[in-house]
Amino acid sequence: MSLLDVQDLTVEFPTRRGVLRALDGVSFSIEAGEVLGVVGESGAGKSLTGAAIIGLLEPPGRVAGGRILLDGARIDDLPADRMRAIRGKQIGAIFQDPLTTLNPLYSIGRQLVETIQTHLRLSDRDARARAVKWLEDVGIPAARERIDAYPHEFSGGMRQRVVIALALCAEPRLVIADEPTTALDVSIQAQIIALLKNLAREHGTSVMLVTHDMGVIAETADRVAVMYAGRIAEIGPVREVVKHPAHPYSEGLMGSIPSLTHRVERLRQIDGAMPRLTAIPQGCAFNPRCEKVFDRCRVERPDLMEAGRSRAACWLYAAENAHV
Amino acid sequence: MSETSAVVLEATGVTRLFDVSRPWLQRVLVGEKRRHLRAVDDVSFAIPRGTTLALVGESGCGKSTVARLAVGLYGPSSGDIRFEGQALSAARSQAALRRRMNMIFQDPYASLNPRWRVRDIVAEPIRAFRLLSSAAEIDARVGELLTQVGLAAADGEKYPHEFSGGQRQRISIARALSSEPDFLVCDEPTSALDVSVQAQILNLMKELQQRLGLTYLFISHNLAVVRHMADRLGVMYLGRIVEMGPGEEVFRNPRHPYTRMLLEAIPDLDMVGVARTPVGGEVPSPINPPPGCPFHPRCKLANDRCRVEKPAHVRVGEVEVACHAVQEGRAEA
Ligand SMILES: Nc1ncnc2c1ncn2[C@@H]1O[C@H](COP(=O)(O)OP(=O)(O)OP(=O)(O)O)[C@@H](O)[C@H]1O
Ligand SMILES: Nc1ncnc2c1ncn2[C@@H]1O[C@H](COP(=O)(O)OP(=O)(O)O)[C@@H](O)[C@H]1O
Ligand code: SF4
Ligand code: SF4
Ligand SMILES: [Mg+2]
Ligand SMILES: [Mg+2]
Repeated sequence: MSLLDVQDLTVEFPTRRGVLRALDGVSFSIEAGEVLGVVGESGAGKSLTGAAIIGLLEPPGRVAGGRILLDGARIDDLPADRMRAIRGKQIGAIFQDPLTTLNPLYSIGRQLVETIQTHLRLSDRDARARAVKWLEDVGIPAARERIDAYPHEFSGGMRQRVVIALALCAEPRLVIADEPTTALDVSIQAQIIALLKNLAREHGTSVMLVTHDMGVIAETADRVAVMYAGRIAEIGPVREVVKHPAHPYSEGLMGSIPSLTHRVERLRQIDGAMPRLTAIPQGCAFNPRCEKVFDRCRVERPDLMEAGRSRAACWLYAAENAHV
Repeated sequence: MSETSAVVLEATGVTRLFDVSRPWLQRVLVGEKRRHLRAVDDVSFAIPRGTTLALVGESGCGKSTVARLAVGLYGPSSGDIRFEGQALSAARSQAALRRRMNMIFQDPYASLNPRWRVRDIVAEPIRAFRLLSSAAEIDARVGELLTQVGLAAADGEKYPHEFSGGQRQRISIARALSSEPDFLVCDEPTSALDVSVQAQILNLMKELQQRLGLTYLFISHNLAVVRHMADRLGVMYLGRIVEMGPGEEVFRNPRHPYTRMLLEAIPDLDMVGVARTPVGGEVPSPINPPPGCPFHPRCKLANDRCRVEKPAHVRVGEVEVACHAVQEGRAEA
């Protein structure tokens, strides 16, 4: 059994002009200790997927279909207080801007101790000792002296380390990290990603890592899900998806990224743009931009199917599957 | 100087300070002196016509300040900037020269006036410089510009909010091109865009450069983007250009310890499953830069000289590097 199992997840926003379906039949799982990378253009549905899992969809957004299972038990239909207990203890969260997670009015030590004590039975003294240990683990120099400092006294990179300590200190089974390094400098990004990866490995924590930076995914994730217009276009082992993408959209996406190691005159380009939620094309949502489009793509919507070692939502792989 | 001069923009020893002192009364009460932040420190470069000089560096290293200096939005505190051989301030006071330089910004949302139709946004420089007079001519030119950047002439009727981020950046480019410039300063023009949209814009910028013979000062924090665009490349750290040379040479054979660190630190698509040791430390505050070489607190090669003496630029082949270790020949390892 997987640690997290998302089945046919659909998220909708009722609006005056009708219901917007922002996620439409998203299915994937995360194994214990695994890092799943989630990539895609802005608006593809990455953050909503994370928010739905931790029960933080902003109303009027709601889970309109499908199920989310943690360790085999449903968590998508829990009352708010039960979900709050799961958040933090079982599932930790790291967001792009550390300042949205940290309370500016409390010292970081107090925030850590509170989180630790909410989820683990520890005395004040033991909780504080553990908080110091976490600050050391995330690489805050002179942790013992700095534990009573306030968030604004830290640099952006240091704050994101504190946020990681905060997300991990209750020892959750799963961490959802939504663009955790996007706001940071390049040299700091690498430090933070390595830290997250190592801590997750040490503690056997699973990570859902949302980012638009394919380089980060390539180096960190075990598997990757590529999202497009509210659905998963392709999911598979990181090497496969990056080096031999199966879905025409993933292929275009990988080709559009300039490389550090070799130079091309012209980047591969996918013309056009991802459709808005109000104008998702019939059939395969990618069909107006796809070089390989054929008749079936314009009428029938593909679900994920076997595509080599990955799974892709693309009719190119239907024939291949027919005779196995 | 004539229009055919080989160097379009030349900066020599340019420094820009910002006054970051506290208010006068507070300062007097605690007996504090005025404080200056050295955002750009002794920067020199020349950009030959039709080529791209790219600057790369981490947040706060002075890239945007150089961009603003290069189009005259800021004046240098010391040093000299010349546009086609003329002092930039003098060039800026002549409309005929001013129209030949323009700037594209990072944020395609903030840089377009939301209440104007796209055609008026694009036509504004044409009107300001009185390049065309009849409404029909202006309309035709705007249509041509929009088509040139991959939009449709009919898009001129719409407002900016009706466009995606990538389309808005195309509008910014059309606007920047409308005064028929030959020099464009592009400050992180694709940093707010998704990679697939970034590819469209970078391809467009290269095409336009070839077609129109444009000269670019191209600024980005993204090394791979810079590699794609640069003829020459300058790496900035705390206001200084620490290494500059032909782009391919700097990438293939980085010499400055900071350039090496950056190239090692950056996650890359080709690095699937490769373990690496990330570099330690952060960029120090530019208000209180370390003495000597500003990189010394993070540098593995730092020695006593580095801690007191600022390294001068030395030439190694086609590359200029500001590093004692390189100059002393102890950087190879
Ligand atoms: N008008 C100003 N007044 C005071 N300080 C300034 C001003 N403009 C820039 N600075 C400071 O000068 C330094 C260089 O700033 P600049 O905006 O050029 O950096 P940058 O390299 O463009 O960074 P980023 O990648 O974040 O855009 C920074 O420390 C910044 O805080
Ligand atoms: N509160 C909301 N109301 C209406 N639509 C929303 C809301 N939040 C997100 N969406 C839409 O849902 C889609 C997916 O959003 P999101 O998950 O934030 O994308 P990503 O994180 O991949 O950039 C987008 O089209 C977005 O506009
Ligand atoms: S289903 Fe058809 S249109 Fe969609 S990605 Fe595959 S080939 Fe292209
Ligand atoms: S001058 Fe010294 S401290 Fe600076 S980069 Fe070179 S070796 Fe390192
Ligand atoms: Mg998001
Ligand atoms: Mg800037």
